[in-house]
Amino acid sequence: MKFTKEHEWAKLDGDIVTVGITEYAAHQLGDVVFVELPANGSKVAMGKTFGTIESVKTVSDMYAPVSGEVVETNGELEGNPALVNESPMDAGWIVKIKVADSKEYDTLLSEADYKKICE
Amino acid sequence: MNKTPLCAVHEKLGARMIDFSGWYMPVQYASIIEEHNAVREAAGLFDLFHMGEFWLTGPDALKNVQKIVTQDAEALSDRQIAYTPMCRPDGSIVDDLLVYRWNAEKFLLVVNASNIEKDYNWIKSQLSGDVKFDNQSNNTGLIAIQGPQAEAILQKLTRQRLKPIKFYWFTSGKVLDVECIISRTGYTGEEGFELYYPAEHSEKLWNALMEAGKDAGIKAIGLGARDTLRLEARLMLYGNDISDSTTPIEANLNWTVKFNKGAFTGSDVLKKQKEQGVSKTLVGFELGKGPAARHGYPIMKDGKKVGEVTSGTMAPTLKKNIGLGYVPPALNAIGTVLDIEIRGKNYPATVIETPFYTRARS
Repeated sequence: MKFTKEHEWAKLDGDIVTVGITEYAAHQLGDVVFVELPANGSKVAMGKTFGTIESVKTVSDMYAPVSGEVVETNGELEGNPALVNESPMDAGWIVKIKVADSKEYDTLLSEADYKKICE
Repeated sequence: MNKTPLCAVHEKLGARMIDFSGWYMPVQYASIIEEHNAVREAAGLFDLFHMGEFWLTGPDALKNVQKIVTQDAEALSDRQIAYTPMCRPDGSIVDDLLVYRWNAEKFLLVVNASNIEKDYNWIKSQLSGDVKFDNQSNNTGLIAIQGPQAEAILQKLTRQRLKPIKFYWFTSGKVLDVECIISRTGYTGEEGFELYYPAEHSEKLWNALMEAGKDAGIKAIGLGARDTLRLEARLMLYGNDISDSTTPIEANLNWTVKFNKGAFTGSDVLKKQKEQGVSKTLVGFELGKGPAARHGYPIMKDGKKVGEVTSGTMAPTLKKNIGLGYVPPALNAIGTVLDIEIRGKNYPATVIETPFYTRARS
């Protein structure tokens, strides 16, 4: 699993990267009340926004950790956005991206480097 | 940044602290939604030390209060409280405040933290005659206990009988051994009390209330839930829903403007607005599922911008997106469909009755 400085995690499986927000980010945001997801098939670019996440108090952009095509979004979040708080690293995942270039994934932060950012 | 005497207590409770107009304040302890629900269902405790407390005393105190606020302080009984705007000659709102009447020669004015200096200077410039004006904000602690269990919890700590204190009335008495002003007021739409006391007793009172409310499920409440609670009850937030560029008539606070008491600062303009109408009026709306409306988002009608959202949130009790905003009076009818522009996209919103939430009265 890799991380971004925008507090997202990314997990590569074959050529599909699953993306979510980190435990730290979920805690900082507080109760998530809405997740605006990209459409299936839409193209995303590394470092560019692909959606927004709203807590009671705040609205935050989410940035694509890698470039590629959105192949699946977490439909559960529509009815139950609090899943992001309950299980940010697992059931609260946000999108799956079919990567264009797996080298991008290798440039993301390791868990140790990400932890340093959060300190 | 200014700190309240309870700062260390908040940090110990794990609060996330933010800068709220120069004050280092808890925005949430664990979850805004849980804190919100605790106040609606049980009880919540708020540290409001940052609010401003001014005393106006002397033979001409009443005359001066009558001039500076829109409410009628002469119609108040002793120990009664009024919520009131305070306006400039052009009708714009300097602040909204609570006026506590001890008697015709002694008043307490409770103002917003962000406006303490502005209000102090404004009021000072308005005063005349034999009156003393004293800013006691730094010495006065303020804790609110709100929720259906608030009275039972507070009653454990005071011999003063709370039941006879009516809504928007106060008494003075001891809580533990601390002399307090005990006021049945609040900013949540729920039953509850606000306690004013010498600030050095903050920690003792806070801890005793938390302990007394433990079994009832009392929680410490941050500014996040304070905002969602007050918005459901359509209580104004100065700087959002009312400001230097709105009047009480535009904000639909007509019930706080008492023209029959005689002239007061702003009365000419406000009377004219009441008789001839206004160009913008504050409405409440609800949005469908999706993103929440937020302060500053454009309100649209037929593709044209007609106003701006002043406050908006997902409402935890109502479980829907609600908001307030100014629109032309032609668009204020209940059922009118507007659009809120959110990140470049329009989302339909319907004008609905306010308050959005009213507690069931016992």
